[in-house]
Amino acid sequence: MASKKENIETKEKPSKPKGEVVIHAKGIKKSFGEKEVLKNITFDLKRGENMVVLGKSGQGKSVTIQCVVGLLKPDEGELQVFGEEVAGMSDEELKQLRIKIGFLFQSGALYDSMTVRENLEFPLTRVLKLKDQAEIDKKVEEVLDNVGLLDAIDKLPSDLSGGMRKRVGLARTLIVNPEIMLYDEPTTGLDPITSREISELILHMQQKYKTSSIIITHDLECARITADRIVVMNDGEYIAEGSWKELQKSDNELVRSFFNETT
Amino acid sequence: MAEQVITGWRKWMLGIGEQCVFFGRFFQNIFAGGFEWSEFVRQCYEIGYRSLMLVGITSFIMGFVLILQLRPSLVALGAASMLPKTLAVSFIREMGPVITAIICAGKIASSIGAELGSMKVTEQIDAMEVSGANPIQYLVVTRIIATSLMVPLLSIIGDVIGLLGGFLALNINDKISFTLYFQKCMGSLDFSDFLPAVIKTVFFGFAIGFVGCYKGYHSDKGTESVGIAANSAVVTASLWIFVIDAIAVQVTSLLFYK
Repeated sequence: MASKKENIETKEKPSKPKGEVVIHAKGIKKSFGEKEVLKNITFDLKRGENMVVLGKSGQGKSVTIQCVVGLLKPDEGELQVFGEEVAGMSDEELKQLRIKIGFLFQSGALYDSMTVRENLEFPLTRVLKLKDQAEIDKKVEEVLDNVGLLDAIDKLPSDLSGGMRKRVGLARTLIVNPEIMLYDEPTTGLDPITSREISELILHMQQKYKTSSIIITHDLECARITADRIVVMNDGEYIAEGSWKELQKSDNELVRSFFNETT
Repeated sequence: MAEQVITGWRKWMLGIGEQCVFFGRFFQNIFAGGFEWSEFVRQCYEIGYRSLMLVGITSFIMGFVLILQLRPSLVALGAASMLPKTLAVSFIREMGPVITAIICAGKIASSIGAELGSMKVTEQIDAMEVSGANPIQYLVVTRIIATSLMVPLLSIIGDVIGLLGGFLALNINDKISFTLYFQKCMGSLDFSDFLPAVIKTVFFGFAIGFVGCYKGYHSDKGTESVGIAANSAVVTASLWIFVIDAIAVQVTSLLFYK
């Protein structure tokens, strides 16, 4: 598996991360009623980087990326995307920001009354306001081909398997060429083989579309395949940060317990 | 106990506030440009055409039953000839619009509530929002305008079918020609019977669409919420129909029947 990642890196990743910070979060806090979900979240995501947030379910991992796209507002702290504070944005500014951010939901969140083609056309016609049907068709077919689902173009989401739905969801977010990709549990509910395929697809797409990504997961295999950097989250806080190899040797017992599962 | 009552009231007031904000967003998006014509046409088909059979059958039965119920009383008073007029006035002014609206509240408000609720639960609305598209424009504006137009149309069709039901019921015991029956019906009606009835059905349609969209759009996460959204949409929309009807009667009386 590691050798496959190395192959992709040497073959397709032409440029190193430029180092520019695209998401800057400092001291983010978020509570729902009495429950404090995010306690003090601080991180930077650099351009071209894949950052994996690893942690058990219910630790507030998804809340972090929902704050990034403005679906939720942090109670405290700074959260800047491309140098702009998200909390202070107007609706129009938020819309413009969201065009630059792709969000892959846990379920794929495909519009179930539309075919795969219509799902993919939706952001092109509503967000990018494309009118030329030939151009739209070309983009739809190209991105579906990239995720290996060109044959499913006229199917309804209900006719697709879980893995196929995630691939189409990924295609729908990538079709507008986002600069940042946020993945919310991309491999949850999938069998190990499909999980690995999705993880490899995420890595491949990141290299092809040159995106910066935050991948929320509790799947260690997904983290191992996709991560440039891993942060481990527990009880609303980041408790460790580093590469796969560094975290395997962590002094923190909880972090080690995570990684020992696969070693 | 007191705390529960206070919490309940607070929640209710917050709900009112949320509905005002939702109405504001709907209103703002009507004029925001980029109206979703294809989705609007699809909704008109779903809401209008697909409810036609149900509204038609119900109206026909109501017209039929009303004549059978009215006949003994009017015959006893020696006013059997008043049957078409009585039916026409009661059906056009009140029965037709209210029955159509209640049927639509049951069928349309619940289906909109369940559809949007399910989209909320499966994160489709969030996906639309984070993609930079406008879910209010696509999902809410189209549905509310479609219900505001289709319910009056269904009500007018329901009125005609209801009068046909009445004609059939009248011919069980009495003989009356189709032309004479409709002449008697139409002769007893004027502008002040039609216009307020049509106008109030626009408000009924708006209430059905708005409540369905609001309940679905603001449903909680979890599959149970879809059922709650659908159920709550029917109950609230039905209640609003009666409230609007009561207000409409007062306004109509002030304007037309001084």
